[in-house]
Amino acid sequence: MDIRHPIESPTVTEQNPEPQADPRTGLGDPRPMVSVAGEPEAKPAKRSREVGNVALQGLSAYYGSNHAVRGVSLAFDSAKVTAIIGPSGCGKSTMVRCINRMHEEIASARSEGKVLLDGLDLYDPRIDIVAVRRSVGMVFQKPNPFPTMSVIDNVTAGLRLTGASRGELEDRGREALVGAGLWEEVKDRLKGPGVGLSGGQQQRLCIARALAVDPEVLLMDEPCSALDPVATLRIEELIAELKQRVTILIVTHNMQQAARVADTTVFMLDGELVEVGPTDKLFTNPDDDRTEQYVTGKFG
Amino acid sequence: MEAGALKNPVLRARRNRADRIGDPLLRGLSGLAAAIVVLVIVGIVYEVVDLSSPAISKFGVGFVTTNDWNPVTETFGAAPFLYGTVVTSAIALLFAAPLSIAISIYLTELAPPRLRRPVATLVDMLAAIPTVILGLWGILVLGPFMHDTIEPALRSVLGFLPIFSGDPSAFGYLTAALILTIMVTPIITSVTREVFETVPGDLKEGSYALGATRWEMIRQVVLPYSRAGIVGATILGLGRAIGEAIAVAQVIGGATGIDVSLFHTGGTLAAQIASQFQGAPGELFKSSLAYLGLILLVFAVLVNVVARVIVQRGSLKDVDVTPTEAEAL
Amino acid sequence: MNAPEGHSLLLDRGNLKRRRRVSATVGGASTVAALLAVGVLVVVVGSVLLKGLGALSLHFLTTPTALFGESGGGISNAIVGSGIMVGLAALMAIPVGLLVAIYTTEFASPRTAHPIRFVLDVLNGVPTIITGIFVYGLLVAGKHQSGFAASVALAIVMLPIVARTAQEVLSLVPATLKEAAHALGIAPWRATVRVTLPTAAGGLLTGALLAVARVAGETAPLILLSSIFAPGVLTEPGEALASIPIFIFQASESPSPEAHTQAWAAALILIAFVLLLNIVARAFYARSRKRMGA
Repeated sequence: MDIRHPIESPTVTEQNPEPQADPRTGLGDPRPMVSVAGEPEAKPAKRSREVGNVALQGLSAYYGSNHAVRGVSLAFDSAKVTAIIGPSGCGKSTMVRCINRMHEEIASARSEGKVLLDGLDLYDPRIDIVAVRRSVGMVFQKPNPFPTMSVIDNVTAGLRLTGASRGELEDRGREALVGAGLWEEVKDRLKGPGVGLSGGQQQRLCIARALAVDPEVLLMDEPCSALDPVATLRIEELIAELKQRVTILIVTHNMQQAARVADTTVFMLDGELVEVGPTDKLFTNPDDDRTEQYVTGKFG
Repeated sequence: MEAGALKNPVLRARRNRADRIGDPLLRGLSGLAAAIVVLVIVGIVYEVVDLSSPAISKFGVGFVTTNDWNPVTETFGAAPFLYGTVVTSAIALLFAAPLSIAISIYLTELAPPRLRRPVATLVDMLAAIPTVILGLWGILVLGPFMHDTIEPALRSVLGFLPIFSGDPSAFGYLTAALILTIMVTPIITSVTREVFETVPGDLKEGSYALGATRWEMIRQVVLPYSRAGIVGATILGLGRAIGEAIAVAQVIGGATGIDVSLFHTGGTLAAQIASQFQGAPGELFKSSLAYLGLILLVFAVLVNVVARVIVQRGSLKDVDVTPTEAEAL
Repeated sequence: MNAPEGHSLLLDRGNLKRRRRVSATVGGASTVAALLAVGVLVVVVGSVLLKGLGALSLHFLTTPTALFGESGGGISNAIVGSGIMVGLAALMAIPVGLLVAIYTTEFASPRTAHPIRFVLDVLNGVPTIITGIFVYGLLVAGKHQSGFAASVALAIVMLPIVARTAQEVLSLVPATLKEAAHALGIAPWRATVRVTLPTAAGGLLTGALLAVARVAGETAPLILLSSIFAPGVLTEPGEALASIPIFIFQASESPSPEAHTQAWAAALILIAFVLLLNIVARAFYARSRKRMGA
């Protein structure tokens, strides 16, 4: 599949009129739309702007006594890509891990402040952490497909937890693989081992896996740093496509990457939010001196 | 380095007699030690075969299936003891394997970090108890408890099953199996725990990030990843169970027949040898005991080798599978 | 912003409650399992402590076992006998085990080291009763039982433990240390003896202590090799000697309650010795690992 062809290409047929957005989740009908040629080409519906809105209010995170994130407040645009840049140790990964509440998995870690998803504080005691992670997915730095599972089992790993039916697993698994731009490459070896793919393919597999549970937000923590430039480029193209259906937050230490993929960029330093703004502006005419120094390579 | 360096008179002068013989001496001595190890194993096999040869020539391979142990008529067979070994070991593993997995899950995923070492150490201490003391405890504490409480309860609830029929007895297959469970659990736990600890953290993170509960993560990632290691650990436990002579001899009752009821007394290969070798009347008797030993040896070595191969072949990371006491540290 | 009550995250996704319950149940079961294991340890050690402490006395420790039919008596001959047999076994097993470890870590090529390690593991898995049969055939058949034969069997049991631990510890010694010694012109054998071994000493000691702890309680070979002995305190390894494990074994099988009490007391001595050695061994191991920066 040529992932470069734009998402707006005509795939809607006479059978499937423009799907209505579900008021509860803001999602359109996720059934794969069949193209004229008869091949399932699941182009998921665009999301409405009411979902996938993430906002941080006074977020602080600690590892023991180490104050890694200091009172960060900001809002991320829905259905856009936001890059988070900054030197090593500035707290960007930690901040992002607070959004899907992975931060607290670490022994001495704790956090304060609010993380709002569509207005709901994810740290509200009424919410189960497990539910949070269905709505906020994550892709890690090093591709981590489950080694004991096949490609298709990997993709549907998250789905199987909520007891989906066999048919549903197949459909949504295929849809996720299409969405991650991996379908053509693996459709003949769905039962093969997940770890048998190349590094770039494994990462796209992990992306498919995260997408399969239909999250509103996708967190990506330096997803390309373990990959070669060709694989990196493919993933960056994929990100451009995906932002229509998930809000994407991408942590990256590679400023050129941020410039290529992100609509908005956030610059952090020493746990603090220094500046946030449209990517173009941040890189060419930043407000803060520190930002300017960082993006021109004077430090970091 | 040696040859060229010795041309230099200064260096040559430095090499005194001690150095000249030191290297080959150390090499020779240590090589000798290695040879001794091999010799011992060969010797063990040879000696056991040699001692059992009168019985082998008299009974042949049929010995293995003969259900008889009669010193009077001098007909001997291994069947009752093979049966006892299999039954007691199988039950012990049936209990010990899930227990050990559960304990390992506790130790690696659930226990608060400060409790991990102490609890792990305590479980390992269970393996350090000399088996004769476990047997003593079995005779004087567990046995009576089985006779008075457990076995009657089993009989009243499940007595329709042949394995729980018969009179409750302090000594028998069930008591022996429980003692073996106590012995084998720390071994399986120690290896399983090690295997669980090799599961890469980023796989676990990946599972949590998908919205898995702790048990789901364990089921999705830890257990499949550790499958080979768990099987290997269990088989190692099996090796220990079949080889245990003393504690089993103390609590199994020393009968020489086969009985379907678990309450009944019986015997195992190792226990029979231990209890009968001393006062063995006659050479054929002793030789038959040695024949039992040969069967036991074959099984034990096979089990050991299979365990290692399974772990080596099936593991996704390098796991050292021999639970010497040091591994438990 | 108001928290939207109808948000999907707050809605009770029916199956999440069940999944949480399952996870909690498994967690509970695992904790119970761990408690069970610790509980059994407490019960067994507790039984020995409670039932053995009463019979423990200076008299018990300094008097040899009573003759058949007589009461009183103690375990002095058993303590001495065990001491001699385990001591002899250690004297044989520790040097040989150490040398094997040196061979596999310093001299053997990978092609030879692997089979030797394999053989050691096989040896470790041989049931001790079989080791007893081996030494029986070698040293006792046609002659008579002896403490020395028992020591040989115990040494064979100790050997893989010493060798395995020593191998592990020796391979942990940083290669840079050996290189530094060689670079100074120190002969390889001296480097091993003066640098590698002392550095690994803590771990080597651990292996030795653990092996001793293991065979102090080993009974099976003793039944075949040193179970019928003359009364009184014997010290000649050429003759069969008394031992604590055999004492416990024989007393446990006796119908007399006094014998049982004595068995518990002897068990208390043995367990205390074994557990103490284990604890000391662990302490040394932790220290030696720290020293080598592991």
